[in-house]
Amino acid sequence: MPRFTAENTILAKEIIARYPHPKSALIPLLHLAQEQDGHLAEDAMVHIAELIDHTPAEVIGTASFYEMFKREPVGDYLINVCTNIACMLMGGEELLHHLEDRLDIRPGSTTADGMFTLEDVECIAACTEAPCLTVNYRYFHKISTDEADQLLEDLRAGRRAHEIPKHGTLARVRQSIPADRRAGAAVPGECGQPVWMTPKDESEDAPA
Amino acid sequence: MSDQATDRTVPQMITGRFQYDDAHTIERYQATDGYAALRTALQMHPEDVHAEIKEASLLGRGGAGFPAGVKWGFCPPGVWPRYFVVNGDESEPGTYKDRLLMERDPHQLIEGVLIGAYATGCAQAFLYVRGEMALAQERIAAALNEAYAAGLVGKDILGSSFSCDIVLHWGAGAYIVGEETALIESLEGNRGMPRLKPPYFPAAKGLYMQPTIVNNVETMANVPWIIRNGAEAYTAYGAESSRGTRMFAVSGHVKKPGVHEVEFGTTTFRDLIYGHCGGIRGNHTLKAFIPGGASAPWFYEEHLDLPLEAGAVGAAGSMLGSGAIVVMDDTTDAVKAAWRVVRFFARESCGKCTPCREGTSWLEKVLRRMLDGQGRPEDIALLLDLCDNISPSIAWPPKQTTICPLGPSAVSPIASAIMRFKPEFQAYCGGGDVPTSVTINGKAYLPPEGAPAGV
Ligand SMILES: Cc1cc2nc3c(=O)[nH]c(=O)nc-3n(C[C@H](O)[C@H](O)[C@H](O)COP(=O)(O)O)c2cc1C
Ligand code: SF4
Ligand code: FES
Repeated sequence: MPRFTAENTILAKEIIARYPHPKSALIPLLHLAQEQDGHLAEDAMVHIAELIDHTPAEVIGTASFYEMFKREPVGDYLINVCTNIACMLMGGEELLHHLEDRLDIRPGSTTADGMFTLEDVECIAACTEAPCLTVNYRYFHKISTDEADQLLEDLRAGRRAHEIPKHGTLARVRQSIPADRRAGAAVPGECGQPVWMTPKDESEDAPA
Repeated sequence: MSDQATDRTVPQMITGRFQYDDAHTIERYQATDGYAALRTALQMHPEDVHAEIKEASLLGRGGAGFPAGVKWGFCPPGVWPRYFVVNGDESEPGTYKDRLLMERDPHQLIEGVLIGAYATGCAQAFLYVRGEMALAQERIAAALNEAYAAGLVGKDILGSSFSCDIVLHWGAGAYIVGEETALIESLEGNRGMPRLKPPYFPAAKGLYMQPTIVNNVETMANVPWIIRNGAEAYTAYGAESSRGTRMFAVSGHVKKPGVHEVEFGTTTFRDLIYGHCGGIRGNHTLKAFIPGGASAPWFYEEHLDLPLEAGAVGAAGSMLGSGAIVVMDDTTDAVKAAWRVVRFFARESCGKCTPCREGTSWLEKVLRRMLDGQGRPEDIALLLDLCDNISPSIAWPPKQTTICPLGPSAVSPIASAIMRFKPEFQAYCGGGDVPTSVTINGKAYLPPEGAPAGV
C-alpha cells in the first residue's frame, strides 16, 4: 500500500502550488496516485491528506464521488462501452453484450486473469461515431463486433501498448509552468485590482 | 463542413483549422492567424474588448444559451481576485463538439481564454477538462507548454502588464460536474454537488466565493474570431438572438452522422438532418429527434423547418441546449429510448435533492418494469405523477423543486414522449384502456392529444 514516491511527492507539491488553495489540487493528486498504483491505495490517500492538510475522510469523501477513481484494483485494460441514447440506437448494447460474452464477465467486473475490466458507461462524447468504446480512455470509433474481437486479441498480445498506457495514466504530456514565466496563484485576500484594469479615463494608452 | 443552406459562403469560424492534421501545434496555429487576436486585444482597453464581445451577442454554447458579454458584466466591481473557468466537461448525451475543439485546436481555446481573462480582469484561469478525455488533456497540456515558452501565457504576456496563469485541471467522471456551481465545488476539491442559485451565482460568489466567470469551450473558441474580425462581421451571420456560427452533432439514424459548423439562427433542422447528414438511413422515416441533448423535449416531423435559433426553438417547446441532435427512425421503441434517457439522469443525480434522487430512480424502475413485460395499467399515470413531483405541472420551461435543473431535465423529454407515443406506452401496460391522466393540483391532468413537447 504505497505512499507517493519521492519523485511524485515533488510533482504533487508543484501541482498544489498552482492553486490558490491546496484542496483544489485534490482531484489532480488522486489522478497522480491512480497513475502510480493503477488504483487508489489507502496509504496514497492518507499521504494526499497530509500534503493538502485535510483529513483522510475528506479525501475519501471526494474520491468516492467520481467514477474514474477506483478504490479496488481493476484490469490492465478498462473497457468502457457507451450505451447511451445515440449509441443505443446504433448497436451500443449489442457491442456491450458481445464483449460480455467474449470476456465472460458482467459489466463492472474484471476477468480472472486481471487483464480486462468491462464497464457500461454514459455518453463519452463520440455520439456521431457510434457505437464506440474507450480502452483506458483511448477512443475507438464506429467499432464492429469483429473489430472489437481483434482489439481484444491485440491487447492480449501486447500489440497496442504504445498507444494505450496502463490504467491510471491519462495524459502522457504534463503541463509544466516554467518558474520564470509563472504569474502565480491568485490567492483571495492577497490580490488587489489587476494592474491592467486601470479605469478607462485614467489610462491614456493601452497597457501594452 | 460547408453551409448548404445559403448561397453566400459562411466562414468556418471555429473549425476552420480542422483541415490541417497539425492544427494543434503552435506552428500551424500561428501560421493561420493564431494569437493575432490576443495582440489586438492587448492594444485595446479591457472594457473595449468586453464591449466587442457584448456587441457580438455571443450566446453561451454550454446549454443555457446566456449571452457571454452580459455575463462578463455581472462581476461586482472592486472585488478581487476574479477567476476565469472554462467548462470542458462535455457529457450531455448526444453532445460532441467541445472534445473536438480541445483535441484539434487547443491554441484557439487558450487564446480565447486569455482574451476573456484580460477583458474581465481575471488574475487566474482554470481549464476544467472532462477526466475521460485523455487526448484532449494531452493536446491542451502540450499547447499550454508551447504557449508559456512563447511568452503568450503567464507573467507579462507579450511584454504587456497583463499576467495570467492558465491551469489545466481534469475532472474524474461525473456528469453533474458540468453544472457550473458543481464544477466550482469540484475545482475546490469537493464532491461535485451544485450550489443554490441565488445566492451562489458564480459571477458574484464563485470559486472560493470570489467572482468567477464560467464559460463553455465552444463559447470561448469563438472569441479570437470576433476580436480579429469585429462584432459587426460576426453578427452579419445568424438571425435574431443567435449570431455567428454554431457546431451541431447529428447522431443516430441518419445516413451520415457528423459534426457540422453551420450558420446559427438560419440553418434549419431539415438542412442538417436531410442536407448535411443525408437524411434518414435505409428506407426508414423519421420518428422523433432530440434537438438539444438528453435534457431537451423531443421534436418531430413538424419541427423540421424550424431554424436553429434559440428563441424559435424555445417557443416551440424545446431547446437547442448543447447542440446535440439525436435522430430516431421508425424502428425506434419510444419506451426503450425514454428509459435510456431516464436511466442516465438516475445514474447521474448527485443525490442532494430528494425529488431528483428518488424521482429519477423511480422513473427508471417503472420504465424498466414496463420493458421487462411487467407493466401495470396504472403505470402511465404513475410516471406522470412522478414527473409532476420532480417538476410541478410538467411545464416548459420546467419548474423546479430541486437545486439544479438535472431533475427536471429527466422529466420534460419523457413526459413529451409519453404523450406523443401513448399507444406504445399503453401496449407495455396491458394495452387498451389504461388511465393516462393524473390529478395535479386537484384537477385531472391530461395533456392534449399529440402534444409535441413541454406538455
Ligand atoms: C446538469 C447540467 C449539466 C451541464 N453540463 C455542462 C457541460 O458539460 N458543459 C458546459 O459547458 N455546460 C454545462 N452546463 C451548463 C453550465 O452550468 C453553464 O451554464 C455553462 O458552462 C456556462 O457556459 P456558457 O455560458 O458559455 O454556455 C450544464 C448545466 C447543467 C444544469
Ligand atoms: S437536481 Fe439532482 S443533480 Fe441537481 S442538485 Fe438536486 S439532486 Fe443534485
Ligand atoms: S451517446 Fe454514446 S458517445 Fe454519446
